[in-house]
Amino acid sequence: MSTNELKGWKEIPIGGVIVEAGNSARYETGGWRTFRPLMDGQLCKNCLFCWIYCPDSAIEVEDGKVKGINLRYCKGCGICARECPAKAIQMIEEAKVSAGE
Amino acid sequence: MATLKELSKREELLAGGHRLCAGCGASIVVRQILLAAGRNVVVSCATGCLEVSTSIYPYTSWRVPFIHSAFENSAATVCGVEAMYQSLKRRGKLPVDEEIKFIAFGGDGGTYDIGLQSLSGGLERGHDFLYVCYDNGAYMNTGIQRSSSTPLGADTTTSPVGKVIPGKQQYRKDLTDIVEAHHIPYLAQASPHNWKDLTHKVEKALSIKGPKFLNVIAPCHRGWRAGVNQTIELARLAVETCFWPLYEVEDGKLTINYKPREKKPIIEWIKLQGRFSHLLKPENEHILRRLQEGIDAKWESLLRREGEK
Repeated sequence: MSTNELKGWKEIPIGGVIVEAGNSARYETGGWRTFRPLMDGQLCKNCLFCWIYCPDSAIEVEDGKVKGINLRYCKGCGICARECPAKAIQMIEEAKVSAGE
Repeated sequence: MATLKELSKREELLAGGHRLCAGCGASIVVRQILLAAGRNVVVSCATGCLEVSTSIYPYTSWRVPFIHSAFENSAATVCGVEAMYQSLKRRGKLPVDEEIKFIAFGGDGGTYDIGLQSLSGGLERGHDFLYVCYDNGAYMNTGIQRSSSTPLGADTTTSPVGKVIPGKQQYRKDLTDIVEAHHIPYLAQASPHNWKDLTHKVEKALSIKGPKFLNVIAPCHRGWRAGVNQTIELARLAVETCFWPLYEVEDGKLTINYKPREKKPIIEWIKLQGRFSHLLKPENEHILRRLQEGIDAKWESLLRREGEK
């Protein structure tokens, strides 16, 4: 988040109420990651276990099919890789994958 | 009962970008509960990891109305809102055909210890709400202090393992039993590894009028000192060893929702967790035995009670 998103005290609602529901979606936690999940779409059976067990709401599903992993939120815990019955997800060291980016 | 495919078409009500630890059990529990509950809920939350990490100013991860409560009064807060809601409905100021549900969340610290009076009061007064305890077995948010939910023998910063004392010396409090003594219409224990059971219990609870209670195990790899990716595995093993039996009590009738084909010894669960590593030493075998005896006694009593007419 950038500091200019912070409001001054006159602009903050009474009681510090946050009026925009779910606005943490603008906050990036992907930077915490040490390992990045890489999904092999060929192996994925769309059982959706990765989705239901993700603590960070980072698995994107459309029409009952896994579309991908949102790296903006993924903290790299690796629960998805561990629980995947098809072994379609591998955890790769972040530094290795992000070096080329 | 919704399938995963059906659940996945529902709205995601806990946004990403919250600051719970990687691999946190609490957010998995909350996501599953909100998927089952839907949008028409008002949530209050006791102080704890869940509250502080999902509502760091100026952000909130909640896509449903959320009340940031204190440590001891999550239940009282939501009961007050529910009472007001009923009053507004009676006075014709809110539509009578719309149904809003009320959910209070609390960790084991905010439920077993600090919020117990407020929970007990809400249950006894008969408010129409669901209380969910996400139980990780210690005060994880403040750095792993023992709570009355911490299992016997566990190493925490206030029940430290040393030369004299080998971890927590007391059995954990059986909160589900205490709640049952309030004779409420529905209460259950659940685990996030069994999403089908958990989401079904939430749907069932919310379809019943009056106070309801869910105790859900929420492994914390920091406090339990296990791998960051072992959260679901630890929840599953807690159920397979009968440390955390999945059962429900509906109008006084007890049903065990899952019986392991082969009840695993508690050591299978213990050996994955650093907080219990001292229990593997021969001189501490008696603690391990006591722990197993406690689990066996509870499981036997559940089986016995289920068999009773």
